[in-house]
Amino acid sequence: MLEYTLIPLLPLIAFVINIIFGRNYIKDKAHWVSVPAVIGSFVLAVAAFMDVQSGKVININLYRWIVSGDFNVPIGFLIDPLTAVMLIVVTSISSLIFIYSIGYMHGDKGYYRFFAYLSLFVFSMLTLVMSNNFLLLYFGWEAVGLCSYFLIGFWFDKKSAANAGKKAFIVNRFGDFGFGLGVILVFLTFGSLEYTKVFSDAGSVIGKTISIFGYEVNTITLICLLLFCGAVGKSAQLPLHVWLPDAMEGPTPVSALIHAATMVTAGVFMVARCNPLFSLSHTAMTTVAVVGGVTSIFAASIGLVQNDIKRIIAYSTVSQLGYMFLALGVGAYSAGIFHLYTHAYFKALLFLGSGSVIHALHDEMNIQKMGGLKKYMPVTYWTFIAASLSIAGIPGLAGFFSKDEILWRAYAGGDAGRWLWLLATIAAFMTAFYSFRLIFLTFHGKFRGTHEQEHHLHESPSVMTIPLIFLAIGAVASGWVGIPPLLMEHGDRIGEFLAPVLGPPKGEGSHAEEWMVMGLSVFVGLAGIFTAYIMYLKKTELPYKIGEKFQAVYKLLYNKYWIDELYDKTIVRPVLSVSEKIILGFFDAKIIEGVVNGVPNLIGAFSQRLRKIQTGMLSHYAVAMALGVLVIIGAVIFLK
Amino acid sequence: MELNKLDLFSIRLIAPEIILISIALILILLDLVIKRKETIAFVGVLGTLTAAYVNYKLCAMGWTGSTLLGMFAFDGYANFFKLIFYINIILTIFISLRYMVLEEASFGEYYSLILFATSGMMFMASAVDLIVLYVGLELMALSTYILVGITRRQVRSNEAALKYFFLGAFSSAFLLYGISLTYGLTGTTNLKEIASALQNLNLLENPILFLGMILVIAAFGFKIALVPFHMWAPDAYEGAPTSITSFMSIGPKAAAFAALGRVLFDAFGPMHVQWSSILIPLSVITMAAGNIIAIAQTNIKRMLAYSSIAHAGYALLGIIAGTHGGLSSMMNYMAIYAFMNIGAFAVVIMLRSKGFRGEELTDYEGLAKSHPAASALMLIFMFSLTGIPPTAGFIAKFYIFMEAINAGYTPLVIIAVIFSAISAFFYLRVVMYMYMKEPKAHVTLSTSPAIFLTIAVTAAVTLILGLFPSLLVELAKMSIAGF
Repeated sequence: MLEYTLIPLLPLIAFVINIIFGRNYIKDKAHWVSVPAVIGSFVLAVAAFMDVQSGKVININLYRWIVSGDFNVPIGFLIDPLTAVMLIVVTSISSLIFIYSIGYMHGDKGYYRFFAYLSLFVFSMLTLVMSNNFLLLYFGWEAVGLCSYFLIGFWFDKKSAANAGKKAFIVNRFGDFGFGLGVILVFLTFGSLEYTKVFSDAGSVIGKTISIFGYEVNTITLICLLLFCGAVGKSAQLPLHVWLPDAMEGPTPVSALIHAATMVTAGVFMVARCNPLFSLSHTAMTTVAVVGGVTSIFAASIGLVQNDIKRIIAYSTVSQLGYMFLALGVGAYSAGIFHLYTHAYFKALLFLGSGSVIHALHDEMNIQKMGGLKKYMPVTYWTFIAASLSIAGIPGLAGFFSKDEILWRAYAGGDAGRWLWLLATIAAFMTAFYSFRLIFLTFHGKFRGTHEQEHHLHESPSVMTIPLIFLAIGAVASGWVGIPPLLMEHGDRIGEFLAPVLGPPKGEGSHAEEWMVMGLSVFVGLAGIFTAYIMYLKKTELPYKIGEKFQAVYKLLYNKYWIDELYDKTIVRPVLSVSEKIILGFFDAKIIEGVVNGVPNLIGAFSQRLRKIQTGMLSHYAVAMALGVLVIIGAVIFLK
Repeated sequence: MELNKLDLFSIRLIAPEIILISIALILILLDLVIKRKETIAFVGVLGTLTAAYVNYKLCAMGWTGSTLLGMFAFDGYANFFKLIFYINIILTIFISLRYMVLEEASFGEYYSLILFATSGMMFMASAVDLIVLYVGLELMALSTYILVGITRRQVRSNEAALKYFFLGAFSSAFLLYGISLTYGLTGTTNLKEIASALQNLNLLENPILFLGMILVIAAFGFKIALVPFHMWAPDAYEGAPTSITSFMSIGPKAAAFAALGRVLFDAFGPMHVQWSSILIPLSVITMAAGNIIAIAQTNIKRMLAYSSIAHAGYALLGIIAGTHGGLSSMMNYMAIYAFMNIGAFAVVIMLRSKGFRGEELTDYEGLAKSHPAASALMLIFMFSLTGIPPTAGFIAKFYIFMEAINAGYTPLVIIAVIFSAISAFFYLRVVMYMYMKEPKAHVTLSTSPAIFLTIAVTAAVTLILGLFPSLLVELAKMSIAGF
């Protein structure tokens, strides 16, 4: 039991040590605290995974935090196949990112603080995935949000970073509000927050409705949609995706952590965890699938024209998360989790690789000003290639298996599924295209930066490149546990492993159709790469021509569909003006300030007067006491 | 009431009190021969630990019952409060050692008086007879008056002691008047017998008895510092040496709560509707006045005085509920309050150094820059006093609110929650001063191993009870199992 408890506890201990002793004592040795802790978690997570693989499901309540009548809050862990997979993903990726950060953050004045927050982040995420009840899940959920705020705004003296931190936090509040209501509704409906109780009772609530403003709403659907609100925020789906691309203002290892291992995967995990509820609501499932499918193509299209290296990868994450939700929405939960798992490796790799590039170029992020880095940074280049081939869905690599699984499940999922499959396939083309546009512009061709930069070009230190190599192995090989039965009998080991929790995937289709889907997905991947090759290496004038010709479309994409501007006009500004004029101008200035300044003045004046008659004060006190008794007696007599 | 009725063997049940009083007397004698005050303090701590150990042994042997002709009960309820008292003594002595030297008031009788006051509290917690209760209360009160004025060269200390003394005498008169009215009607001062007399003599609707009860409540209201019987508190808290402020914001308050709980539940139990209807408005105005006036304070001791008034208002909810659950949540509240409040005062005391009072809120400006550890601990105590999870203060409030809701006092709880939110303003203001402002003057901390230990223990308990509340909650429930 202790060994499981230690999985989240080790990073927490590291956090406590670093935050208390970091500033004065540990300073630039902070990694000696945090790195062993997270690696320890990883080792324990592997052990837990083995336990689960041997057929054990660990569901322990450590203790009950609050017990009062019907309301009781257990602190407990559930480690089943789903959690086991998540544990491996979170701890392995985090370990590599921690090691990478030693090099990347070297010399930063907030070095100890960085490792402290990083550890807290991992603790939060581990709590989130290991919880056996909704309240602890909610705790982890919020803690992850808080940590993201700390880390995105890590360089808080940079205004854009501070703003991005705030943006992430505030945008997530919208989703979390729904999520919180969902958790409350779960408690009201089932009288418990524990997964086992809620999921086993789910069947008894089918068809029940609750009335909201006179409308009868299906309870399960409402619960699922509210919970999904939270997922939309955390996992950056339309329309709450806006925080994620800005989140790259944080140090690059943080981006990698947010995009690959912690935070954004929380939403996907939560929906998969609640699959017994979601499966009961057709409406909720359709919503999840549509939001996922639309987000995948929406974000991919934005990624086509961006110039900031991290921003491209950020939109790629939003798009890939869309795939995951699409899978969840069509009932292929294990496909969604499978993609989460493979995506974690290649996405962490892409971010850390881009970090390596940025590091070499002294914080240059515009890919138009890069080029030809291949010869200077071979390790970064080749690992980047591995990740990009993987995300493009080239057969044999991790991304191919998981993406193909999703596309096939969507196709097999019926009429609506066909449409979403079509969207996702187009998005796959875009994915391949923008990934290789990035590679060609960054690593091939001639260097387009300053001489000064060119002079300093160098490969990153091995503390940074070794994690890249490990992640590259993951990006290539992590998919081999999920080979479709079409290619290999019993190849889908991860699907079978997850089946006890997530159930067998739904949908049917012939072998011919499955070959067709697979073939098409490979074709669009290759086509995307080829197109990028033509446009950015062969006929380099082509992008400008196309940009000129389709100026409207280009602008639309380049400006990210003006969603940020739309929110700014419709939400941010009205709220700000209300808060400035009414809250700050009237409520704060008049009422709060009035009370705060007025009361002391009043009391000050009062006590000043009383101080002049020293003995008078005592008698005042005595009179007050006597009056008090008299008033009580009077009230008792007269109010009787 | 012949003497032969007094079962001498049962005297063992007051062994802890006997030990404490003996040690207090010994300390006075030791003071004549020993110059080092630390030694006296050490003997005091040792004596308290002995008393606590004996008390524990008596509990462990399963002895409960009454002694002194049924006037003194040795039960879980009393023992729970005595635990708070023992902790209060030890931690108060710890924070006093260095501080009293700074105040140039390091007298041996100081420690002796703390023990005397506490033995009075212990009698109050155990009293099942109004006379014993009164004697205990006076022992506590008289000792505390002196303690408040022990820094006798300071005018404000003298003023505080005198005010406290006069008003205390006034409240004692209330109590005695209330007791005599009750005795006149029921013919007894024993709590259980009063309860049965209420039924047998058909006194439930009797206005004179009601008057007696109001006076008793007013007298305890004075000790607890319920508005409008609170007027002494801010002056006494500010004027007293800080260690004594801390001591009396916990001990006498807990003792009065213990006595009030026992009197209202045991003697006036059948009149729950009546007394709760008196306590509800008292609790509301107490929470209102305490929290709102605290906002206006610039002196941290005065602010904590009003905070202590406000907390009495919350804790009263447990008694108002009138259930065993409510009572145990009040006990919880007192225990948790003891830890977080001593912790906060310990930090306040650390700021006091030679020629620097360190009592103004502005003295906390930028403290986080110069003394990050002390600031972080103060932050924990302030969060806990506000009631923010995962600190113990949240647990204390949560359970007391929950029990009040279960007993059907939801509107009252809503009011309490609103005031609790208001209280965040002045508690978190301290945090804001420490973390958001630039330091004005250089503040040196007067640390000592004893203070360090006190703060470490109180902070640890505040966090541990926040995370594992069942340790305390179960203890409190167990304590009143046979109540």
